[in-house]
Amino acid sequence: MVKTVVSVGLPVDERLQIRKRTIEPEGCDGKGKRICIVTGIHGDELEGQYVCYELGRRLKEEIRHLKGTVDIYPALNPLGVDSITRGIPMFDLDMNRIFPGSEEGPVPEYVASRIIRDIEGADLCIDIHASNIFLREIPQVRMSEMTAKGLLPLAGKLNIDYVWIHGAATVLEATLAHSLNTAGVPTLVVEMGVGMRITTEYGDQLVDGIFCVMKELGIWDGDTIIPKKPIISTDGQVGFVNANHCGIFLPHVDHWDSIHQGEVIGEILNPLEGKVEEVLCAPCDGMVFTLREYPIVNSGSLIARVLGGDYH
Amino acid sequence: MRKEMIFRLGNTYRDDLTVYGYHFGRGDKSACIIGSMRGNEIQQMYVCSQLVKALKELEERGAFVSGNEVLVIPSVNHFSMNIGKRFWALDNTDINRMFPGYDQGETTQRIAAGIFDVIQHYGCGIQFTSFYMPGDFIPHVRMMETGFQNPSLANLFGLPYVVIRKPRPVDTTTLNYNWQIWDTSAFSVYTSATDHIDEVSARQAVASVLRFLTRMGILRYTSHSGYIATVLHEEDLRNVRSDAAGIYRRLADPGKEVARGEVLARVLDPLEGHVVSEIRSPAAGIVFFAHSHPLVMEGAIVFKIIKRLHE
Repeated sequence: MVKTVVSVGLPVDERLQIRKRTIEPEGCDGKGKRICIVTGIHGDELEGQYVCYELGRRLKEEIRHLKGTVDIYPALNPLGVDSITRGIPMFDLDMNRIFPGSEEGPVPEYVASRIIRDIEGADLCIDIHASNIFLREIPQVRMSEMTAKGLLPLAGKLNIDYVWIHGAATVLEATLAHSLNTAGVPTLVVEMGVGMRITTEYGDQLVDGIFCVMKELGIWDGDTIIPKKPIISTDGQVGFVNANHCGIFLPHVDHWDSIHQGEVIGEILNPLEGKVEEVLCAPCDGMVFTLREYPIVNSGSLIARVLGGDYH
Repeated sequence: MRKEMIFRLGNTYRDDLTVYGYHFGRGDKSACIIGSMRGNEIQQMYVCSQLVKALKELEERGAFVSGNEVLVIPSVNHFSMNIGKRFWALDNTDINRMFPGYDQGETTQRIAAGIFDVIQHYGCGIQFTSFYMPGDFIPHVRMMETGFQNPSLANLFGLPYVVIRKPRPVDTTTLNYNWQIWDTSAFSVYTSATDHIDEVSARQAVASVLRFLTRMGILRYTSHSGYIATVLHEEDLRNVRSDAAGIYRRLADPGKEVARGEVLARVLDPLEGHVVSEIRSPAAGIVFFAHSHPLVMEGAIVFKIIKRLHE
């Protein structure tokens, strides 16, 4: 069943509508557990679109194994998704910096508050992101140190490659995940792939993991895979590689490659003068879990993140 | 006046981004004034350019009190201004959400760090900035309630209102917040315009800064005393929403005293032209903010009213 979570009139003959699809077994009394799959907060991140489709398709095929409620929200920022706009069109706002929102606030904050209200009470929320148009990420879950204790066991079932536990930052308190975790809804933030593209193998991998998590929660009793054991960021230090020159970046390594300290990650080239502006090297032995996808770089542009350690 | 390059960023396809600062007087770092940090803040750059002009003339006339130095940075993000974008040209990030910056970080973090390194030790920091909602304000001084804010100093601008805002998580990376945290008395000054020039409020803004510098003992300058400001807390402003979407016709401008029930705006059907809603004031007071875009969404905050205040 498709339901409208929030609806706001736009100026000319249209409504902004955030919709969700609720999938339940027949005769569901609403007392089972509920999982929410949300994506599309950033309009240029599309990896979650395929996950929503594929999850719904597989559930429909084997609905007899469903023992709870699955709410699928493909686009929390539908105008952004439709217009290749990362933020909320007309407001130039990052929607993932306005949660928990406010019933009395400006339209974006009102919409955010209605989203929170709709998800509240769920047993788990998975918020799927796709990096941005500049960087490609391996399938990973990100969480703050504050929430790691409660979320790590669930992340371990999600069939992702990596869990990045990062330090708390005040500015991140305005994210959907922080607001939901604070409201008692365990929320896992998935980052995978790259903006404006769909990587179906990552999507299939995550859908497999969502079924594993649903089985763990008692929402699913069908067959599942044995999920991958993710690398945890606390296993090693995360090294950042940023450009110090502008130009075009050409990588010398592949995403997910193991790499040695000092090994060349890529070069920044000057197309006008035909010269190499900068050679960028790995800061430590480890694995490239983030790699620049968009070639144009300014000084400071993020090129790669490397997790220190041996991951052969 | 001494013109100095504050920050430079190379580029492959365009000229370098060069941020300039204009120093006046010599001595302690007394005040820093910063203009456009976003590409559509044309009014903010204009006000600072007029301040540079005025301060240059005053310095030549010996109006600076010895032992004081003032820095003006009219524009930080003209790279985006030149191509009609509000945020950073390549990655669309907001420099005013990157403070205190990080010199080994991403591009806009590096810009913020380069700027903050120069401006963080000034006694007073004044930023001309803009709001994300399309609309017009009564010119005012805005401060964040960090525990370090000083409303009595904000009064020295002589603008009619001082607004105190409780910072939210998203505010902790703004220049105003970080200036305060690093011991600078920080003020954000809002004029009536952003992406166009409003001459009246620009002149008022220039005069308010000159008045502030005079009252802080930095300048010798005679000016009108201005207002004794009314200090407001942002949560005390009454929001007025549009209950319909369509074409928006504003009837009340910022500064207007309105009665309870007075029609502030009309919303018209965008295709058939008839009035679909009249937006009325929920309280008597003064219009502080008014939506300016000719279209309006349902539920949009179109006015903010200072309740029970009279001209």
